[in-house]
Amino acid sequence: MLYREAGDFKTSYQEDSQTFPIAFDRYRYWVVLAVAFLVVPFFVTDYLANAILIPFLIYAIAAIGLNILTGYAGQVSLGTGGFMAVGAYACYKLMTAFPDVNILIHIVLAGGITAAVGTAFGLPSLRIKGFYLAVATLAAQFFLVWLFNKVSWFYNYSASGQINAPERTVFDVAVTGPSTEAWATYLVCLVFVTLSALIARNLTRGPLGRQWMAIRDMDIAAEIIGVNPLRAKLTAFAVSSFFVGISGALFFAVYLGAVEVGEVFGITKSFLVLFMIIIGGLGSIFGCFAGAAFLVCLPVVLKLVGVDLLGWPTDLVAHLQLVIIGLLIMFFLVKEPHGLAQLWRLAKEKLRLWPFPH
Amino acid sequence: MSADFLYGVEVVLNGLMAGVMYALVALGFVLIFKASAIFNFAQGVMALFAALTLVGIMEGQVPFSHMINAVFGTEIHHFGWEVPALLAILLTVGVMVGFAFLVQRVLFRYLVGQEPIILFMATIGLAYFLEGFGDLMWGSDIKTIALGLPQGGSRWVEDLTSGLGGDDFYGFFIDKLDLVATAVAVVLVGCLIAFSQYTKHGRAMRAVADDHQAALSVGISLNFIWILVWSLAGFVALVAGVMWGAKSGVQFSLSLIALKALPVLMLGGFTSIPGAIVGGLIIGVGEKLFEYLIGPMVGGATENWFAYVVALLFLVFRPQGLFGEKIIERV
Repeated sequence: MLYREAGDFKTSYQEDSQTFPIAFDRYRYWVVLAVAFLVVPFFVTDYLANAILIPFLIYAIAAIGLNILTGYAGQVSLGTGGFMAVGAYACYKLMTAFPDVNILIHIVLAGGITAAVGTAFGLPSLRIKGFYLAVATLAAQFFLVWLFNKVSWFYNYSASGQINAPERTVFDVAVTGPSTEAWATYLVCLVFVTLSALIARNLTRGPLGRQWMAIRDMDIAAEIIGVNPLRAKLTAFAVSSFFVGISGALFFAVYLGAVEVGEVFGITKSFLVLFMIIIGGLGSIFGCFAGAAFLVCLPVVLKLVGVDLLGWPTDLVAHLQLVIIGLLIMFFLVKEPHGLAQLWRLAKEKLRLWPFPH
Repeated sequence: MSADFLYGVEVVLNGLMAGVMYALVALGFVLIFKASAIFNFAQGVMALFAALTLVGIMEGQVPFSHMINAVFGTEIHHFGWEVPALLAILLTVGVMVGFAFLVQRVLFRYLVGQEPIILFMATIGLAYFLEGFGDLMWGSDIKTIALGLPQGGSRWVEDLTSGLGGDDFYGFFIDKLDLVATAVAVVLVGCLIAFSQYTKHGRAMRAVADDHQAALSVGISLNFIWILVWSLAGFVALVAGVMWGAKSGVQFSLSLIALKALPVLMLGGFTSIPGAIVGGLIIGVGEKLFEYLIGPMVGGATENWFAYVVALLFLVFRPQGLFGEKIIERV
């Protein structure tokens, strides 16, 4: 009954082109934000934050980044893990080189550095298309991970080859390092997620987003109607890498605290984020959240059911998880190529007509 | 001849051998890609799965024993018999044909006409599924293949070539297994070419590769050809899995060779069987030489990325690879 456009009269162009045309959606959106910012921090526990909430938020940023590149601009990338590593290492170098500057600025700068690296690796996309490009981005993945392993300048010549986040504070509250509290790290990630989603949403429905989508749908035709492919593709790579870099920086500094690059940012991470956007929905910001939530929760739920409830050995559950993820990918590609986001859209369409669908 | 130069030659020889191994995996990719335009990321996992199945059947393992034990609290592991190698190979081929049939029936039948990139992602899903499934079925411990393939360096080659250099040169070190793999690869490629040139189904396969609709219109069943091609790819995967498995044990890392086969394909062109072989050899020699000459200067382990960077640079200048068909785009 509430979910209607009826009676919601738009009187200006601004109102007419807002993100959520239905009033109920707008209120719901504010309620979700209010709960996330004002309620959850008081109830969050260490386990909840570290097992579900923080990885979910960070992967959501990475998924937004990859979705811009793959879902909106149509350039498949398997180098997400490598770009997350760039963000993490850029953040680490900045944190140790300029200890007095605020960590939040470092994280944003790390995103900027990743954007530059991403643009460089995006250059071949002007010549290479489709899965040729997907394989070419593997070059970025393997080269970057190797680079961070071998060049000791990147990890400040530490003996272990790891990078460890020193303690940094925001408003005198520790957000990185060993003595952080769950609510503080949660809030930092939440702020970045909110801003990322807002920026991404507005970029993708603006002129730049339309150029990306034109390139995705058919690049030659897009070129003919006046889209500059060089500009569109490289901005897609830059913006995407920016978000991926931020997520990498958060993953290292706020979530893990210590990182060994081959283990954390390997090729499996690239695939994980790719799966998130396939299951969530290509070309949808909501899909990024849905996919991230799904793939972060799935192992936790499987572990709860398989190991704790049924008492199966852990490795068995891990293999089952692979089978389930693989099946889900195939299922979504066959039955619902637009992912969870499409199910959500359908549900909303149905809801608008409910309870009198005829 | 100086010893340094001879060591360089040895590196090249070993690179060629490694290249043959890459080419073995790449062959499976090319077969499927030619016939159905599906870029089969699961080829490496298929090799792993085939090798696991072969070992499992030979040792008489009970499939899913780990899972059955966990669910029902039983203690079963083996049937208590051992299957002779030849029969086990035949059974494994049967399993791979069954797998090909299932993949075609359950998955790709519904994805006909989708964009190539969607098909690619579907095969990534397939790879994950098969990886977990293989581990569930046969267990994830490292297994050895007891087919009696020769191991270790070849004394014969060493003795034959030790006269080339001075006193500090002891001849080329070449793994016997690599020699066997080369021979097998030559035979395999010969058989594939003979099959596709001189048999009815081989001709039908080439027709499908040429043009789906034209092939349909002269009465070739696309479904049958696709199952045939996936079965062939499964057989190639079995050969590759056995060779790699004999080299480094049948374990998860086997599936990663698929990633190594990708640059080989890009270099050679996705649609060309000779391309897969030449590409494999170039990548094999290139990465071994690069590691030997440049590697020590930059800290080693360059084999991880060298192939991809070469393929990337190469593609920028020639997007269809060495032998691939020219890409023509129409709006």
